[in-house]
Amino acid sequence: MMTDFINASIGGLLIAFAAILMLAFLGRISGISGILWQAISNPDNSPISSNGWRWFFLAGLLIGPFLAHQVLGFSQPEPSDAGLIMAIVAGLLVGFGTKLGSGCTSGHGICGISRFSIRSLVATLCFIGSGVVTVFITQQLL
Amino acid sequence: MFQIIALIAGTLFGLGLAVSGMSDTQKVIGFLDIFGHWDASLMFVMAVGIAATAPAFHFILRRSKPLIADKFYLPCNTAIDKKLLLGSALFGIGWGLYGYCPGPAIASLSYLNIDSAAFVASMLAGMFVANKAFPA
Repeated sequence: MMTDFINASIGGLLIAFAAILMLAFLGRISGISGILWQAISNPDNSPISSNGWRWFFLAGLLIGPFLAHQVLGFSQPEPSDAGLIMAIVAGLLVGFGTKLGSGCTSGHGICGISRFSIRSLVATLCFIGSGVVTVFITQQLL
Repeated sequence: MFQIIALIAGTLFGLGLAVSGMSDTQKVIGFLDIFGHWDASLMFVMAVGIAATAPAFHFILRRSKPLIADKFYLPCNTAIDKKLLLGSALFGIGWGLYGYCPGPAIASLSYLNIDSAAFVASMLAGMFVANKAFPA
Protein backbone atom coordinates (compact mmCIF):
# COMPACT_ATOMS: atom_id res chain seq x y z
CA MET A 1 0.00 0.00 0.00
CA MET A 2 2.81 2.40 0.96
CA THR A 3 4.50 1.45 -2.32
CA ASP A 4 1.42 2.65 -4.20
CA PHE A 5 1.72 6.11 -2.68
CA ILE A 6 5.45 6.29 -3.40
CA ASN A 7 4.98 5.14 -7.00
CA ALA A 8 2.13 7.61 -7.48
CA SER A 9 4.36 10.42 -6.18
CA ILE A 10 7.29 9.41 -8.39
CA GLY A 11 4.92 9.18 -11.35
CA GLY A 12 3.57 12.65 -10.54
CA LEU A 13 7.13 14.01 -10.48
CA LEU A 14 7.94 12.41 -13.85
CA ILE A 15 4.78 13.90 -15.39
CA ALA A 16 5.67 17.29 -13.89
CA PHE A 17 9.18 17.05 -15.30
CA ALA A 18 7.74 16.31 -18.76
CA ALA A 19 5.38 19.31 -18.52
CA ILE A 20 8.24 21.56 -17.35
CA LEU A 21 10.48 20.48 -20.26
CA MET A 22 7.70 21.16 -22.78
CA LEU A 23 6.97 24.64 -21.46
CA ALA A 24 10.60 25.62 -20.89
CA PHE A 25 11.86 24.49 -24.31
CA LEU A 26 8.88 24.52 -26.68
CA GLY A 27 6.58 26.94 -24.85
CA ARG A 28 3.83 24.33 -25.00
CA ILE A 29 1.29 23.01 -22.52
CA SER A 30 1.39 19.22 -22.06
CA GLY A 31 -2.29 18.56 -22.62
CA ILE A 32 -2.61 15.09 -24.10
CA SER A 33 -6.08 15.46 -25.60
CA GLY A 34 -5.04 18.73 -27.29
CA ILE A 35 -1.74 17.34 -28.57
CA LEU A 36 -3.52 14.27 -29.95
CA TRP A 37 -6.25 16.33 -31.63
CA GLN A 38 -3.78 18.77 -33.19
CA ALA A 39 -1.64 15.87 -34.43
CA ILE A 40 -4.46 13.97 -36.14
CA SER A 41 -6.72 16.79 -37.33
CA ASN A 42 -4.19 19.12 -38.91
CA PRO A 43 -2.15 17.85 -41.89
CA ASP A 44 0.32 20.69 -41.26
CA ASN A 45 1.37 18.81 -38.12
CA SER A 46 2.41 15.58 -39.88
CA PRO A 47 5.30 13.70 -38.27
CA ILE A 48 7.78 14.81 -40.94
CA SER A 49 6.86 18.51 -40.80
CA SER A 50 8.54 21.03 -38.53
CA ASN A 51 5.34 20.91 -36.43
CA GLY A 52 5.71 17.14 -36.14
CA TRP A 53 6.89 17.29 -32.51
CA ARG A 54 3.39 16.25 -31.39
CA TRP A 55 3.81 12.79 -32.95
CA PHE A 56 7.16 12.41 -31.19
CA PHE A 57 5.54 13.27 -27.87
CA LEU A 58 2.79 10.70 -28.53
CA ALA A 59 5.40 8.09 -29.50
CA GLY A 60 7.11 8.77 -26.18
CA LEU A 61 3.84 7.98 -24.39
CA LEU A 62 4.18 4.44 -25.76
CA ILE A 63 7.92 4.13 -25.07
CA GLY A 64 7.55 5.22 -21.43
CA PRO A 65 5.33 2.31 -20.32
CA PHE A 66 7.52 -0.11 -22.28
CA LEU A 67 10.53 1.09 -20.28
CA ALA A 68 8.58 0.94 -17.01
CA HIS A 69 7.35 -2.62 -17.47
CA GLN A 70 9.99 -4.33 -19.63
CA VAL A 71 13.17 -2.59 -18.43
CA LEU A 72 12.48 -1.27 -14.93
CA GLY A 73 10.34 -4.25 -13.92
CA PHE A 74 7.13 -2.48 -12.84
CA SER A 75 4.32 -4.98 -13.19
CA GLN A 76 2.04 -4.41 -16.17
CA PRO A 77 -1.58 -3.74 -15.14
CA GLU A 78 -4.24 -6.35 -15.76
CA PRO A 79 -6.30 -5.48 -18.84
CA SER A 80 -9.75 -4.10 -18.07
CA ASP A 81 -12.53 -6.70 -17.96
CA ALA A 82 -15.17 -4.12 -18.89
CA GLY A 83 -15.37 -5.45 -22.44
CA LEU A 84 -15.18 -4.13 -25.98
CA ILE A 85 -18.58 -2.40 -26.03
CA MET A 86 -17.78 -0.48 -22.85
CA ALA A 87 -14.36 0.49 -24.27
CA ILE A 88 -16.09 1.97 -27.32
CA VAL A 89 -18.79 3.80 -25.34
CA ALA A 90 -16.32 5.18 -22.77
CA GLY A 91 -13.83 6.12 -25.50
CA LEU A 92 -16.50 8.12 -27.32
CA LEU A 93 -17.42 10.00 -24.14
CA VAL A 94 -13.76 10.72 -23.31
CA GLY A 95 -13.02 11.94 -26.85
CA PHE A 96 -16.19 14.00 -27.21
CA GLY A 97 -15.89 15.42 -23.69
CA THR A 98 -12.23 16.39 -23.81
CA LYS A 99 -12.65 18.06 -27.22
CA LEU A 100 -15.74 19.99 -26.09
CA GLY A 101 -14.20 20.83 -22.70
CA SER A 102 -10.81 21.72 -24.27
CA GLY A 103 -8.73 19.47 -22.09
CA CYS A 104 -8.24 16.44 -19.88
CA THR A 105 -6.44 15.34 -16.74
CA SER A 106 -3.07 16.61 -18.00
CA GLY A 107 -3.99 19.90 -19.70
CA HIS A 108 -6.58 21.09 -17.17
CA GLY A 109 -5.65 18.95 -14.15
CA ILE A 110 -1.87 19.36 -14.04
CA CYS A 111 -0.88 22.24 -16.34
CA GLY A 112 -3.99 24.43 -16.01
CA ILE A 113 -4.16 24.29 -12.22
CA SER A 114 -0.39 24.90 -12.11
CA ARG A 115 -1.00 28.15 -14.02
CA PHE A 116 -3.72 29.00 -11.47
CA SER A 117 -6.37 28.92 -14.22
CA ILE A 118 -9.83 29.05 -12.64
CA ARG A 119 -11.29 27.61 -15.86
CA SER A 120 -9.04 24.55 -15.54
CA LEU A 121 -9.79 24.17 -11.83
CA VAL A 122 -13.53 24.18 -12.58
CA ALA A 123 -13.06 21.66 -15.42
CA THR A 124 -11.00 19.39 -13.15
CA LEU A 125 -13.55 19.48 -10.33
CA CYS A 126 -16.22 18.79 -12.94
CA PHE A 127 -14.63 15.68 -14.47
CA ILE A 128 -13.47 14.25 -11.15
CA GLY A 129 -16.96 14.89 -9.77
CA SER A 130 -18.73 13.20 -12.65
CA GLY A 131 -16.19 10.35 -12.54
CA VAL A 132 -16.91 9.83 -8.83
CA VAL A 133 -20.68 9.84 -9.44
CA THR A 134 -20.26 7.41 -12.36
CA VAL A 135 -18.17 5.00 -10.29
CA PHE A 136 -20.60 5.30 -7.36
CA ILE A 137 -23.40 4.21 -9.70
CA THR A 138 -21.47 1.38 -11.39
CA GLN A 139 -19.68 0.03 -8.28
CA GLN A 140 -22.14 0.70 -5.46
CA LEU A 141 -25.61 0.75 -7.04
CA LEU A 142 -25.47 -1.65 -10.01
CA MET B 1 15.53 19.68 -31.76
CA PHE B 2 11.75 20.17 -31.15
CA GLN B 3 11.23 16.53 -31.97
CA ILE B 4 13.96 15.31 -29.60
CA ILE B 5 12.66 17.36 -26.65
CA ALA B 6 9.09 16.21 -27.38
CA LEU B 7 10.19 12.57 -27.56
CA ILE B 8 12.03 12.86 -24.24
CA ALA B 9 9.11 14.66 -22.58
CA GLY B 10 6.58 12.18 -23.97
CA THR B 11 8.68 9.26 -22.75
CA LEU B 12 8.97 10.78 -19.25
CA PHE B 13 5.22 11.42 -19.29
CA GLY B 14 4.45 7.83 -20.36
CA LEU B 15 6.89 6.50 -17.78
CA GLY B 16 5.12 8.59 -15.14
CA LEU B 17 1.72 7.25 -16.16
CA ALA B 18 2.92 3.63 -15.99
CA VAL B 19 4.87 4.00 -12.72
CA SER B 20 2.10 5.94 -10.97
CA GLY B 21 -0.66 3.44 -11.70
CA MET B 22 -2.67 5.83 -13.93
CA SER B 23 -2.55 3.27 -16.76
CA ASP B 24 -4.20 0.66 -14.51
CA THR B 25 -7.97 0.92 -15.10
CA GLN B 26 -8.84 -0.91 -11.86
CA LYS B 27 -6.67 1.49 -9.84
CA VAL B 28 -8.26 4.53 -11.49
CA ILE B 29 -11.75 3.23 -10.76
CA GLY B 30 -10.60 2.56 -7.17
CA PHE B 31 -9.43 6.18 -6.96
CA LEU B 32 -12.83 7.47 -8.12
CA ASP B 33 -14.66 5.05 -5.78
CA ILE B 34 -14.54 7.41 -2.79
CA PHE B 35 -17.82 6.03 -1.39
CA GLY B 36 -16.57 2.44 -1.64
CA HIS B 37 -13.08 0.93 -1.37
CA TRP B 38 -11.28 4.20 -1.97
CA ASP B 39 -7.69 3.95 -3.19
CA ALA B 40 -6.33 7.42 -2.45
CA SER B 41 -2.86 6.81 -3.87
CA LEU B 42 -3.55 8.31 -7.31
CA MET B 43 -4.38 11.62 -5.66
CA PHE B 44 -0.62 11.93 -5.16
CA VAL B 45 -0.04 11.89 -8.91
CA MET B 46 -1.97 15.11 -9.29
CA ALA B 47 -0.91 16.62 -5.95
CA VAL B 48 2.82 16.00 -6.43
CA GLY B 49 2.52 16.84 -10.13
CA ILE B 50 0.99 20.24 -9.41
CA ALA B 51 3.30 20.93 -6.46
CA ALA B 52 6.31 20.48 -8.76
CA THR B 53 4.83 22.05 -11.89
CA ALA B 54 3.32 25.23 -10.42
CA PRO B 55 6.54 26.83 -9.09
CA ALA B 56 8.50 25.74 -12.18
CA PHE B 57 5.85 27.21 -14.53
CA HIS B 58 5.94 30.44 -12.53
CA PHE B 59 9.67 30.86 -13.11
CA ILE B 60 9.57 29.71 -16.73
CA LEU B 61 6.77 32.15 -17.61
CA ARG B 62 8.79 35.07 -16.21
CA ARG B 63 11.09 34.67 -19.22
CA SER B 64 10.17 36.52 -22.39
CA LYS B 65 10.20 33.33 -24.47
CA PRO B 66 10.94 29.59 -24.27
CA LEU B 67 14.47 28.24 -24.76
CA ILE B 68 14.08 27.09 -28.37
CA ALA B 69 10.64 28.28 -29.56
CA ASP B 70 9.61 31.78 -30.61
CA LYS B 71 6.94 32.28 -27.93
CA PHE B 72 4.79 30.66 -25.25
CA TYR B 73 1.60 29.06 -26.58
CA LEU B 74 -0.82 29.40 -23.69
CA PRO B 75 -4.59 28.91 -23.73
CA CYS B 76 -6.21 32.35 -23.56
CA ASN B 77 -9.83 31.25 -23.10
CA THR B 78 -10.89 31.92 -19.50
CA ALA B 79 -14.63 31.44 -20.01
CA ILE B 80 -16.43 29.04 -17.72
CA ASP B 81 -19.23 28.18 -20.13
CA LYS B 82 -21.61 25.34 -20.98
CA LYS B 83 -19.08 23.73 -23.35
CA LEU B 84 -16.45 23.51 -20.60
CA LEU B 85 -18.89 22.13 -18.03
CA LEU B 86 -20.74 19.73 -20.33
CA GLY B 87 -17.53 18.52 -21.99
CA SER B 88 -15.75 17.94 -18.68
CA ALA B 89 -18.78 16.19 -17.19
CA LEU B 90 -19.06 13.81 -20.18
CA PHE B 91 -15.32 13.16 -20.07
CA GLY B 92 -15.62 12.24 -16.37
CA ILE B 93 -18.41 9.75 -17.14
CA GLY B 94 -16.25 8.00 -19.75
CA TRP B 95 -13.26 8.07 -17.39
CA GLY B 96 -15.31 6.50 -14.60
CA LEU B 97 -16.89 3.88 -16.87
CA TYR B 98 -13.63 2.45 -18.13
CA GLY B 99 -10.73 3.95 -16.18
CA TYR B 100 -8.81 5.64 -18.99
CA CYS B 101 -8.30 9.34 -19.55
CA PRO B 102 -6.56 10.27 -22.86
CA GLY B 103 -2.91 9.93 -21.74
CA PRO B 104 -3.20 6.44 -20.24
CA ALA B 105 -5.43 5.36 -23.15
CA ILE B 106 -2.67 6.21 -25.63
CA ALA B 107 0.02 4.77 -23.34
CA SER B 108 -1.98 1.52 -23.06
CA LEU B 109 -1.56 0.95 -26.80
CA SER B 110 1.89 -0.35 -25.84
CA TYR B 111 0.11 -3.23 -24.01
CA LEU B 112 -1.12 -4.48 -27.43
CA ASN B 113 -4.66 -5.04 -26.23
CA ILE B 114 -7.63 -4.98 -28.64
CA ASP B 115 -9.96 -3.22 -26.19
CA SER B 116 -7.41 -0.43 -25.58
CA ALA B 117 -7.02 0.08 -29.31
CA ALA B 118 -10.82 0.24 -29.67
CA PHE B 119 -10.96 2.79 -26.83
CA VAL B 120 -8.43 5.04 -28.59
CA ALA B 121 -10.14 4.70 -32.00
CA SER B 122 -13.46 5.52 -30.40
CA MET B 123 -11.91 8.47 -28.52
CA LEU B 124 -10.66 9.91 -31.82
CA ALA B 125 -14.13 9.45 -33.33
CA GLY B 126 -15.62 11.29 -30.32
CA MET B 127 -13.22 14.20 -30.89
CA PHE B 128 -14.23 14.45 -34.56
CA VAL B 129 -17.92 14.36 -33.65
CA ALA B 130 -17.46 17.12 -31.04
CA ASN B 131 -15.51 19.18 -33.56
CA LYS B 132 -18.31 18.83 -36.13
CA ALA B 133 -21.14 19.40 -33.63
CA PHE B 134 -19.50 22.36 -31.87
CA PRO B 135 -17.06 24.08 -34.26
CA ALA B 136 -14.65 26.34 -32.40
